[in-house]
Amino acid sequence: MKRSPADQLIIVNDSRRGFLRGFGAGSLVLAFGGGALARLVHAQEKKEEAPKYGGEGMPHGLRDDPHLFVEIAADGTVSIVCIRAEMGQGVRTSVAMVIADELGADWARVKVKQAPGDEPKYGNQNTDGSRSLRQSFAALRRAGAAARTMLEAAAAAAWAVDVAEVKTGVHEVVHAKSGRKMTFGELAAKAAALPAPKADTLKLKAPAEFRYIGKGKTNLIDGADIVAGRAQYGIDAHLPGTLFAVVARPPVYGGKVASFDAAGADKLPGVVKIVPLDTTPLPSGFRPLGGVAVVADNTGSAIKARAQLKIQWDAGPNASYDSLAYRKQLEAANRKPGKRIRDDGDVDKAFAAAAKKVSADYYVPHLAHATMEPPAALAQFKDGRCEVWACTQAPQAAREEVAKALGLDADKVTINVTLLGGGFGRKSKPDFIVEAALLSRQLGKPVKVTWTREDDLVNDYFHAVAHSHFEAALDKSGKVSGWLHRIAAPSIGSTFGPDPKHEGSFELGMGITDLPFAIPNVRLENPEAAAHTRIGWFRSVYNIPHAFAIQSFVAELAHAAGRDHKDFLLELLGPDRAVDSKLADGVEPWNYGEDPAKYPIDTARWRRVIETVTKEAGWGRKLAKGRGLGLAAHRSFVTYTAVVCEVEVGDDGTIVIPRVDIAVDCGPQINPERVRSQMEGSVIQGIGLARYGEVSFKEGRAEQTNFHQFQILRMNEAPREIRVHLVAHEDFSQPLGGVGEPGLPPVAPAFVNALFAATGKRVRELPIRGQLKPATAEKAA
Amino acid sequence: MITLTVNGSERQFDGDPTLPLLWYLRDALGQTGTKFGCGMALCGACTVHIDGQATRSCVTPVAAAAGKQVTTIEGLSPDGQHPLQKAWQELNVAQCGYCQPGQIMQAAWLLKTKPNPSDADIDEMMSGNLCRCGTYTRIRAAIKQAAAQGETK
Ligand code: FES
Ligand code: FES
Repeated sequence: MKRSPADQLIIVNDSRRGFLRGFGAGSLVLAFGGGALARLVHAQEKKEEAPKYGGEGMPHGLRDDPHLFVEIAADGTVSIVCIRAEMGQGVRTSVAMVIADELGADWARVKVKQAPGDEPKYGNQNTDGSRSLRQSFAALRRAGAAARTMLEAAAAAAWAVDVAEVKTGVHEVVHAKSGRKMTFGELAAKAAALPAPKADTLKLKAPAEFRYIGKGKTNLIDGADIVAGRAQYGIDAHLPGTLFAVVARPPVYGGKVASFDAAGADKLPGVVKIVPLDTTPLPSGFRPLGGVAVVADNTGSAIKARAQLKIQWDAGPNASYDSLAYRKQLEAANRKPGKRIRDDGDVDKAFAAAAKKVSADYYVPHLAHATMEPPAALAQFKDGRCEVWACTQAPQAAREEVAKALGLDADKVTINVTLLGGGFGRKSKPDFIVEAALLSRQLGKPVKVTWTREDDLVNDYFHAVAHSHFEAALDKSGKVSGWLHRIAAPSIGSTFGPDPKHEGSFELGMGITDLPFAIPNVRLENPEAAAHTRIGWFRSVYNIPHAFAIQSFVAELAHAAGRDHKDFLLELLGPDRAVDSKLADGVEPWNYGEDPAKYPIDTARWRRVIETVTKEAGWGRKLAKGRGLGLAAHRSFVTYTAVVCEVEVGDDGTIVIPRVDIAVDCGPQINPERVRSQMEGSVIQGIGLARYGEVSFKEGRAEQTNFHQFQILRMNEAPREIRVHLVAHEDFSQPLGGVGEPGLPPVAPAFVNALFAATGKRVRELPIRGQLKPATAEKAA
Repeated sequence: MITLTVNGSERQFDGDPTLPLLWYLRDALGQTGTKFGCGMALCGACTVHIDGQATRSCVTPVAAAAGKQVTTIEGLSPDGQHPLQKAWQELNVAQCGYCQPGQIMQAAWLLKTKPNPSDADIDEMMSGNLCRCGTYTRIRAAIKQAAAQGETK
């Protein structure tokens, strides 16, 4: 591996955690705990070693020890430990299915236990990057198979027979020759005392023997609790004597309290204490923003009292951030050549020889996560220890940050992971958890911090705004002979270190540098863009603006060339092959931490999802006036997705979406039911962000404060029908792709492409809002 | 002193009468099935029934429930087997599940007023309930399935 230059943001095999920056020789700053730093420095020094990929390449790696993941009680109840966070993707169900299947357990007797944050023990626990099953399926199977092997060994010993003569049935081990049987419950204690068998001696089930894996017939393990209101989220955590807090945080990123007056607020009913919190200097990383906390005997009273606080803010260096002005800056940056990131062939020559040139710009604003459950955490600091209950996607990072904030060793901090009422990347950041821990120490009582919706929207880790500029050269036959793409967007790196002012390799690798098209002359540039607010990762991350721009532009080129969009897109993809592009010095390829040999950029898989979705959606069918079909495809998180969206636009510009088809190829599918559900959710979320998603800034502050301004899609505007087409691999030894995120990126471009087909009006900036209204009114007139 | 009935039990409240019912239910009574999503009647996560009618508890002062019957998701059916709760499980409607208690309480009110709702009825009655995970197509299907069973209370 090439060593990246010292002034580059380096991401070590991890899209989310390993932010590491070098400042000259050997001096390193890391946004994470000491253990991770040591590992990363070590990884740097040992760069000769073969790189590790997948779960092995993550901090603390992967574990497959059955003792960690399977407990069987004397009554036969099988408890499966889930180390990933449940946030709607179904991971608690799917992880348990895998282990239960290999084990031979009866699903009705399976329970799931949620592991606390402890990566040295469990291996990597991050729930992000669409990696949970993708990276741990094989290890989970081994853990289940190892536990089964131990039960069989215990039974064979009890019967004094050769272990080869015994076999596991459903929740029991059988000796066919003698007809003897022992239940899992009867064998549990004996089996638990045995050492775990070596991984290479394990016999995994053949897929034909699977009862749960790949079937999609298993109901959600938390389904009954959810519908009965019993499911426990972070915001529901409670201990006797809990106090309830909300925090007034600096509305501008980098601001702090200049002065405050709590008089009046502290006398309101229910108020216990008003506590100033220190502000973290920029960049604040995973640490809290500071401000003034109001602690009360219930959350409602705390919210009411907070509104009475008189706070003078010192707005700090981002006081003038204005998203309209910033957009103009991005546009200006994209008018000039920028940092070169890929250069194939001779673009200038291609343009000089072009029969036709097409140019277009696209814009996607900042977005907020707006998880339905806002960030919330309960902490109890007692006797030099801190115990936390929180909706967190990153319990180990939470543990390290809480420990650091309280000056404790990490082993004095316990992070219990609740259910998450949505995550989307927001809850990978433990700032809200640290707030609860600090307040509990200060109050000497358990404290629950709840973010209101206003807090959540105004102080989010915002999805980056992005602007794209394209120029394309078409030759006489209408083929694309030259492609220039400039992309300008602030980097997530700015939240964790000095602002790199350019997208990092892992950001560019989400659709830009991994461009799969067979175009002889390609130039990709990334002009400078500084960050002026707290930027973080949102579901699908930079794939959202990148796919929106590229897949919209391809549709525009098809139109300019007078070609069918689908045929044109397939032609651009070119012959089936693994795409391997040469990138500029200092830009690394990014493959979501996966081995490029196992997970190449495979244009055959691109093609297959496009062919599947267009066939299923009836691409080319005749539609009534005002209706249109739009297509888009994308590869992200080593999964391939394609969408056909059907729209109906009224004369007044109202949009109805009768149907959306989405095809997904994520390799073998462990839980097809949840794959469908994730695709359905991605479609609805994608349509919502395309129509309404925007956080704008004025005087440094986010202008949207609640759902009346930051709108998310409602039932009456949701697609009437969503058809998910699974392009599934039957061979479970093939590598798995991600599921939670890849559905989202192609949705918005398919949608605007459909709007164009229906109306002739091209939407180049999101959100769409009323953009169709004047044009259709004109047309009607 | 305010007296109200929550899921069949009589309760006395002597705090701030303007406190939103939501926080009384959640923080004082520990009935956390009712969720907080916006505090401004914009999302429906906090939906409960007051004297049988779907109500946003985040903007309803405790005083407004005085002398009334409040039903939360925990009290919708004794065993969690309301036809909607069954349909929700059978169709695996939930993703994160956080909005679903509010969705179910709203849908229960819908079926009470319209036992056989049309798509337009569903749109009209359910569009105040947000789901960030995007489960609307399954919510619609589950309402129809529960309605088809026709045994809504
Ligand atoms: S919390 Fe009451 S409507 Fe959103
Ligand atoms: S299921 Fe997550 S918000 Fe509705």
